[in-house]
Amino acid sequence: MSDIQDVTAEVPARRQLRTKPFSLADRLFYGITKSASSISVILVVAILLFLLSQSFSTFQTQGFDFITGSQWNNAKGHEVFQIGPMLWGSVLISILGIIGGVPMAIAAAYFIEFMAPKSVAKVATVLVDLLAAMPSIVIGLWGLYVLTPVVAHWGSLLYGLHHVGIGPVSFDIPLFAMSDGSDPSTFGGSPFIAGWIVAVMIVPIITSVTREIFSQMDRDLINSALALGGSRSSVFMRVILPTASGGVTGGVLLGLGRALGETVAIFYVLNLVSDINWFNILQSKGGSVASLVLQKFGEGTPNEIKALMAAGLVLFVLTLLVNWLAAVIVNRAQPWRKL
Amino acid sequence: MENIATSASHLRSEDVNVWFGERHVLKNVSLNFPSNQVTALIGPSGCGKSTFLRTLNRMHELIPSAGFAGKVLLDGHDIYDHDVDPVDVRLNIGMVFQKPNPFPTMSIRENVLSGLKLTGRRGYNASELVETSLRRASIWNEVKDRLNDPALSLSGGQQQRLCIARSLAMDPEVLLMDEPCSALDPGSTRRIEETITELSDSMTIVIVTHNMQQAQRVSHQTAFFLAEEGNPGRVVEFGKTDDVFNSPIDPRTNDYVNGHFG
Repeated sequence: MSDIQDVTAEVPARRQLRTKPFSLADRLFYGITKSASSISVILVVAILLFLLSQSFSTFQTQGFDFITGSQWNNAKGHEVFQIGPMLWGSVLISILGIIGGVPMAIAAAYFIEFMAPKSVAKVATVLVDLLAAMPSIVIGLWGLYVLTPVVAHWGSLLYGLHHVGIGPVSFDIPLFAMSDGSDPSTFGGSPFIAGWIVAVMIVPIITSVTREIFSQMDRDLINSALALGGSRSSVFMRVILPTASGGVTGGVLLGLGRALGETVAIFYVLNLVSDINWFNILQSKGGSVASLVLQKFGEGTPNEIKALMAAGLVLFVLTLLVNWLAAVIVNRAQPWRKL
Repeated sequence: MENIATSASHLRSEDVNVWFGERHVLKNVSLNFPSNQVTALIGPSGCGKSTFLRTLNRMHELIPSAGFAGKVLLDGHDIYDHDVDPVDVRLNIGMVFQKPNPFPTMSIRENVLSGLKLTGRRGYNASELVETSLRRASIWNEVKDRLNDPALSLSGGQQQRLCIARSLAMDPEVLLMDEPCSALDPGSTRRIEETITELSDSMTIVIVTHNMQQAQRVSHQTAFFLAEEGNPGRVVEFGKTDDVFNSPIDPRTNDYVNGHFG
């Protein structure tokens, strides 16, 4: 016999629910995970505070020109520390690295995940991860001795485009020109080469992340696009890439983080000059905040070292800004994720 | 086996065999799918019925290790002929998958038009096509006021009908459905079944299902697949749905449709 429930009775008082773990083992586990995540937060804050305390005097004496100006002089009495060219150089090299590296990385990830036979995919995955583990000093030396002559060759071809004339029509591509008529016969030490070095360094990271995102995609989503009559390329452009865009952007950001902070490899291939080079990417003149620190730190005067700390702080803030901006973009680009 | 194809056969398989690597998974499947009829493919898991369904629009060959022998004839033309582009095959033979999977980055409207975008078609009347396709999938009234909402804002059953509309927008002659209701609640299932019945007036439908009642409700003819221990899957019995369920010839069919195994 079934029964009709009586729901007219008074509701009992609400009871306290336990939200924390109960057993000793669970509490221990909870404690370990909690402190591990706290440590990373504490470290970031500690580094930020240290940099702030060290760089305070520099900001006081140099003012806003520290970020925008282009002079560097450590002679006593004439001290001027300004990182404008270095800051812009870091950004320019990162942009070039992203332009060169991202298409390569996404194409590699697509091939490994969707086209390569299993055996090839396995080997390729291992090799790509190995490339990610390559010390940057090795890439820097390789860049100096191997990549520079090759890229210089391509640079000279691009330089040929800085003034193009066909019959009566002629136009300039300032990107490939030299700002000061300097010797166009060598293209070493340019942001163009540093950009390619950065591209080589970020490709494995972005490939790794993108491949992982691709591998987690619902195969039937891709299959339904193919079943509708889509070609491989149209399915990639209209379904795979848009669906994976959030994760891929995350990978690009990880890469960008490395690009902005890359020190040694760029130091080897780039001609650091404290004079801003806006967009003449083939010119043997560029900047990088991290490489500047490496270059000056060893024999820096006390005030100079403080200025380098300040440069580090600026780079730190720039990286934070980029990450925050990207988080905003990812959220905006995927309103469907919130559903 | 009884030959029930009275009308001109629209889609036909002749001795279809499938391998994955060295493993022979499907042997000599020959079935007729007449126009305007719904054919149900039933059988226990792993009997190869979904695999067979995928040979009918050449989705099967997307699996790298896949092998194939036999013929699949659409209006008498072998879709596996050397000069046939699999993309053209899929334009004529649409497919609906097990889990509702509208494209997550697109709106309801964009999902309906996605096939045309994917194939680079031009010169169609978008709003008319969206309305007809959604009407044919009997979901128009529920979504007509929010065509630009994200497709994932729909319920599971609505998403599946959107996926049907997405296929219908390409105006296929045949629609393949791979357990289209297995992820849905009974109410949504009933609506999809009504849609299938309506659609069968204008096209050929092949549906894989684990649900015996569903096979009896929607299909005109039924094929029972079975893969016995160590042997490739094959069709044990094929005939009018009534006959297969009520007076099966093979004892194994009888056991399966009466729920004794599978």
